[in-house]
Amino acid sequence: MIVTTLILGLVLGGTYALLALGLTLQYGIARIMNLAYGELTLIAAFGLVALFQQAGISPLLSLLVLPVLGYGLGWILYQGMMRPLVARSDGTGRLEVDSILATFGLLFLIQGLLLLAFGANFTSISYLDRGVSILGVSVALNRLIAFGICVLSGGALVWALNRTTWGLRMRAVALTPGSAPLVGIDVNRIARQGFAIGTALACVAGASISMYQTFSATGGVIFTMKALVIVIMGGVGNVPGALIAGLALGLLETFVATAIDPGLTLAATFTIFLAVLLWRPQGLFGARS
Amino acid sequence: MMRIILPLAGLVLLALLPLWLSDYGLGLMVGAATYVTLASAWALFSGHTHYVSLATVAFYGIGAYTVAVLNEVLPYPLVLMVAGAMGAGLALIVGLSTLRLKGVYFVIFSFGLAELIRQLITWYEVNVTGTLGRYIFLEITTAGIYWQMLGLGALTLALTAWIHRNRLGLALRVIGDDEAVAAHSGIHLARVKLIAFVLSAVILTLAGAITSPRYVYVEPSIVFNPTVSFLTVIMALLGGANRLCGPMLGAVPLFLLFEWLSAHFPDSYPIFLGLMFIAVVFVLPNGVIAGVETLRHKLREARS
Repeated sequence: MIVTTLILGLVLGGTYALLALGLTLQYGIARIMNLAYGELTLIAAFGLVALFQQAGISPLLSLLVLPVLGYGLGWILYQGMMRPLVARSDGTGRLEVDSILATFGLLFLIQGLLLLAFGANFTSISYLDRGVSILGVSVALNRLIAFGICVLSGGALVWALNRTTWGLRMRAVALTPGSAPLVGIDVNRIARQGFAIGTALACVAGASISMYQTFSATGGVIFTMKALVIVIMGGVGNVPGALIAGLALGLLETFVATAIDPGLTLAATFTIFLAVLLWRPQGLFGARS
Repeated sequence: MMRIILPLAGLVLLALLPLWLSDYGLGLMVGAATYVTLASAWALFSGHTHYVSLATVAFYGIGAYTVAVLNEVLPYPLVLMVAGAMGAGLALIVGLSTLRLKGVYFVIFSFGLAELIRQLITWYEVNVTGTLGRYIFLEITTAGIYWQMLGLGALTLALTAWIHRNRLGLALRVIGDDEAVAAHSGIHLARVKLIAFVLSAVILTLAGAITSPRYVYVEPSIVFNPTVSFLTVIMALLGGANRLCGPMLGAVPLFLLFEWLSAHFPDSYPIFLGLMFIAVVFVLPNGVIAGVETLRHKLREARS
């Protein structure tokens, strides 16, 4: 029983961690609080299903292609929508309010387009839905693949941020966007890359989730909500923090759903969020400012 | 003197409207009055501080739900008071935990608050009381609801006007401009924000309680409809959230527009809402009133 909860919780947590990675990059590096994040993941989810059902393209192939398209979409969104706001705010707190409202508008825009294109019904495909036994617990293969993708992309990101010059630039912009130009960093370019990579990761998460979970055009808000809670728990811009917090949230939700009531998982998420805000608003792994 | 007489005359005129209007017209007026109240109450807190609250419907829904639960147990005025107290209580919990922190935490928390409360009430009703869905049988006519809402709206505007002129309003404006400056000039940040947030929340809750008899049948998914929160925000922003009459100017035309859109184009409704948000942020970041003023200023400069 405990082993089952642990394994299922870790697998669910992997999805959440993957979901939060992109958001923590977008907010940590590009400083855009993206409330339309869940809708971006849904674009990839619907994209994968449409490619699979209509063109017969293997979801595993889509998993490689969709993030590339996502990178492009993120690039365009940042350049077309966020960059003017960044320029207008001129380093003041105005950017936060503007980006919240603009991405809030983007949320409805994407949601409306998805509703028009795919309707309001729940969508699902079952791809590679075979049980695989791990320590005596049967886990669906597609969930394991999603967990693997999470570990891979999370690990690669942590390595790139900490071990490469490119990562050093990213971290410099995340830490002090005002001083980064002094050492010759093009802040605009790095922020754009951060936002675009965040969007690409959103697509990775959306595409992996669509392989095993039912979803609908109006469900993006819940994805955004969970990703936000994980980002705050892990500390804004903190990639390892987001990974650990995501896994923790998955474990907690699975525990609450099996031991208490599945209807209370969101309440559990919020309780944790409230606790983090009260005791460690800088995140479980962030340094006190 | 005229500053007091004109609004009062307008209010009397609006209060006399039910004598002439059809049922449909009156229904529209109730809706418009509700959104004017919601947008003005939202702006009371968020207009100056720039703390964007996405939780309007959490309070509105609590108001409606309180009436649904208590309408057969307590006399109506007492039900309203309980609803107001519930709203204040929730606002205190949310405010005490998030308003001490950066604005973005408040936004995130308010983003999920309505959904959280909806799920909690659903869970409670299904598992504890075993009744999902309640009926409201109150002897209140549509005109009665309209007059109450009109009164609440007028009260909100009067309260906003009064706050704009006293120390609380000044403190809120300074906080909105720069929190560090506000803290250094001796403003108790958390307390000021909390007072404004609780005031605004009580009005939002009362608005929900007053309109609830129009639903007759109340269920969590009906009264916690997130669209109410989003409409409120866009209405206040369009008119100008830091002006006294801004939310009202945004609420009336947008309410009528969205009413028409939801009847004729229910499918593309979210697209329009989204474009509206983006347009306001890019074209009219401070609202219509400020936009017109800037335009007039530019014209005058061009002429001289």
